[in-house]
Amino acid sequence: MSGANSHPSARHDFGHGDLKTYGWGFGLSLLLTALSFAAIMSGMIPRGMMFPAITVLAVVQLLTQVVFFLHLGTAPEQRSTITILVLTLLLIGVIVFLSLWVMHNANVNMMPTLMTPDQAMARS
Amino acid sequence: MDLTVSARPGAHIHDAHASHDDGSKTVLGFWVYLMSDCIIFGTLFATFGVLVDNIAGGPTGRELFDLPYVGGETLLLLMSSFTFGLAALNMYAGRKAGVLAWLAVTFLFGAGFIGMEVHEFAHLIAEGAGPDRSAFLSAYFTLVGTHGVHVTAGLIWMAVMTHQVWRYGLDGTVKRRLTCLSLFWHFLDLVWICVFTFVYLRGAI
Repeated sequence: MSGANSHPSARHDFGHGDLKTYGWGFGLSLLLTALSFAAIMSGMIPRGMMFPAITVLAVVQLLTQVVFFLHLGTAPEQRSTITILVLTLLLIGVIVFLSLWVMHNANVNMMPTLMTPDQAMARS
Repeated sequence: MDLTVSARPGAHIHDAHASHDDGSKTVLGFWVYLMSDCIIFGTLFATFGVLVDNIAGGPTGRELFDLPYVGGETLLLLMSSFTFGLAALNMYAGRKAGVLAWLAVTFLFGAGFIGMEVHEFAHLIAEGAGPDRSAFLSAYFTLVGTHGVHVTAGLIWMAVMTHQVWRYGLDGTVKRRLTCLSLFWHFLDLVWICVFTFVYLRGAI
């Protein structure tokens, strides 16, 4: 990798991008942000669809910025960067989803109290 | 394969801070730091998700959050991410004046974001919805405050880098540091996407 290509920017874990990639990234992010806020504020989509909609829009915007601002791609030089990213996302998925799952079950199964917060505060 | 290439004896030994160090090892190391920071935010998001309904009879997110205001914060941070990209392009092209100008613009957008956030926090606390009001608000202030502290640290770093670009020019060391700062700054915008989606917008449903 260092032998054949002596151009200093050739060996990098992150690409450089140009005005076009930053412009696309900015434009798409603006659009996706506007759609997210509109999904909640306009009242045009049903309440039950709001959370799935903003989740999908957030994931698309995260991918957009990773590609157009951080210039992460599938180039061989970026393999270690991508590997670390994927492992981190796996860890975060475990932390977030299992925490929510465990605490949800704890709430549902282990706290059969009918006490209101006011009553609980009055006791202490 | 990165490791085997530069692990050749002597390859990087005597140019550790010379201008032809391409800095990719440092940048990769900084990426590892960012990913560990990501886990901190993941933990705080999980905590927020667990505690979001525990309002202890206090105000809910729906009552507290002002979405147009949050939209303004989002726009400032997104524009600062874009203008940092323009600073980076000027850095690759070796245009020192362009780097300084776009760093200054980025700093102003970032400072505007922090100003709006401090105002928002002060307003909530004045309304009696401070971090001591409920578990929901403790988790909210911890999560959003941690992001704000990161942005503030990024602003201090940006001021330091502006001085270094002005004083030393765009040598290898300064370029490497600017590359790390650009990753940090774009990363903070990524975290903010999750904040406005899962804290503010979700809270308003």
